[in-house]
Amino acid sequence: MSNSNRNPSKINGINRRQFLAQTAKTGCVVGMVGMGLTTVATQSKHLDPQAIRPPGALNEDDFLSACVRCGLCVEACPYDTLKLARWFEGAATGTPYFTARDVPCEMCDDIPCVKACPSGSLDHSLTDINDSKMGIAVLIDEKNCLNFKGLRCDVCYRVCPLIDEAITLEMQRNHKSGHHAMFLPTVHADACTGCGKCEHACVTEQAVIKVLPAEIALGKTAEHDTYQNTEATTLEMLNKGLSL
Amino acid sequence: MTHSSKPKTERFAEEAINQLGWFGAHKFLLLRRLTQVAVFSLFAIGPALGLWLLKGNLSSSILLDTVPLSDPLVTLQVLASGHLPEASLLIGALVIALTYAIVGGRVFCSWVCPVNIITDTASWIRRKFKLPRINALPKNLRYYMLALVLLLPMVTGVTVWEWMNPVPIVYRAALFGAGSGLWVLAMILLLDTFVAERAWCSHLCPTGAMFSLIGKVSPIKVSATNAKDCNNCMDCFTVCPERQVLKPVLRKGATELTINDSDCTLCGRCIDVCAPRVFEYKNRFNTQNSKRIPLKVESN
Ligand code: SF4
Ligand code: SF4
Ligand code: SF4
Ligand code: SF4
Ligand code: SF4
Repeated sequence: MSNSNRNPSKINGINRRQFLAQTAKTGCVVGMVGMGLTTVATQSKHLDPQAIRPPGALNEDDFLSACVRCGLCVEACPYDTLKLARWFEGAATGTPYFTARDVPCEMCDDIPCVKACPSGSLDHSLTDINDSKMGIAVLIDEKNCLNFKGLRCDVCYRVCPLIDEAITLEMQRNHKSGHHAMFLPTVHADACTGCGKCEHACVTEQAVIKVLPAEIALGKTAEHDTYQNTEATTLEMLNKGLSL
Repeated sequence: MTHSSKPKTERFAEEAINQLGWFGAHKFLLLRRLTQVAVFSLFAIGPALGLWLLKGNLSSSILLDTVPLSDPLVTLQVLASGHLPEASLLIGALVIALTYAIVGGRVFCSWVCPVNIITDTASWIRRKFKLPRINALPKNLRYYMLALVLLLPMVTGVTVWEWMNPVPIVYRAALFGAGSGLWVLAMILLLDTFVAERAWCSHLCPTGAMFSLIGKVSPIKVSATNAKDCNNCMDCFTVCPERQVLKPVLRKGATELTINDSDCTLCGRCIDVCAPRVFEYKNRFNTQNSKRIPLKVESN
């Protein structure tokens, strides 16, 4: 028994069978954890249309790779707008979001939430809050909008920090009464910051105007479509004497 | 030489409690709970009282609005996902890594991490009810978990582990009211109590594995300075969350006094429960030259 190499199959004090069993066990656990996690992660990656990201947030995929869920943005927000998502809630657990109907973003000039973010998931190159794109307001239910009924509610229009830029009132003849005008709140996607003040202020029981993440709110023309800027294209064609 | 089967005391650590008093035999446990609560309080008084010493949570925070602190593991995950973060996150991770490289990597585990309280509780329940000890999981599993946690962001582009990571969940729950993640902690309590002993912290947790690696270079260690007084009561083995680290210094013929295994969480419970005061915290460069005279090797 004093022979030093009596057990050639020993690896680190365990024999080969134990080693193989351990390796198999390790492999199983690690593999299962990996699969489980990936499933959970990709499932809850789907965007909740009511959960709006803070200003400067990268697009959702990049945001989820960058955000460390530290809550520094939440603590930096002076208006308690932002919250960290919980498990079983819309946004990915631990990441910041806000619900415009509850507390909208007040569009701080110095954008403290972005400054506080250590990971850059809120893009530090955003320096003018008016350039932010937290989402796009959409007048989602014309039927229940008081202005579409011919009244002058105008609340969403008046609360908008970018009044007459992000939202305008478009006058239209009221076909119902025949001689009144309707002032239709109209959002201009290129100017709207998605702050949600309009959704917050909308007077109806359920907001008629809602802020949606840009991915949901915006359509997209095909790459090959040359008629992207219709007005300019029309003018160009007219100038060239082409038939429309 | 066969009397080591623990005939002396019935109750765990009774001798230490008799000799040193209850507080003496729970000194480092109490100090640890105090630091764990203190660190948490530093975060909590911000939202509660508006006194902002530490903002954020254990994933990333900022001390007095100047020093960034970030979890090295979450920072590595962000990098692995292909995103280059702001400098403050990287500096924060460096600050934390350097700090724990000096004070001992797994000092985080036993002196800061809130999950430690839960897994210690599970272990306490096990001791009270004398649940059978099963070591069903390999010890190095956590390093595979660590590799997995860093690999998944490369594959999926998302910091997948942060969906589950129990370490920041407690803080998020308490500081940001995001309590619905607490089921993960309930799972860990059940796992540790009923499935396998110390399953989470000493077999699975990738954060612990990360800090264990960081602590490899640390000078601060627990040393079995008075190993010659050991009376084989085995209380240290009962209480130690990483029992395997004790063997090299306590087995017959051991030549090393210092527990050099970086899996040691430096919790100091072995110091607490040992009546003959075998262990103490030591700077390992102090003990290096006082190499132990090997005890007579038993021949059987
Ligand atoms: S811009 Fe101001 S109000 Fe809006 S989320 Fe950031 S800190 Fe809060
Ligand atoms: S500060 Fe940045 S990293 Fe932290 S939770 Fe907010 S968005 Fe995420
Ligand atoms: S979300 Fe509403 S209030 Fe805010 S900028 Fe857009 S239209 Fe204006
Ligand atoms: S506040 Fe609501 S109801 Fe009033 S005009 Fe705007 S969208 Fe219509
Ligand atoms: S092993 Fe993980 S969960 Fe356990 S104390 Fe350490 S960091 Fe916390």
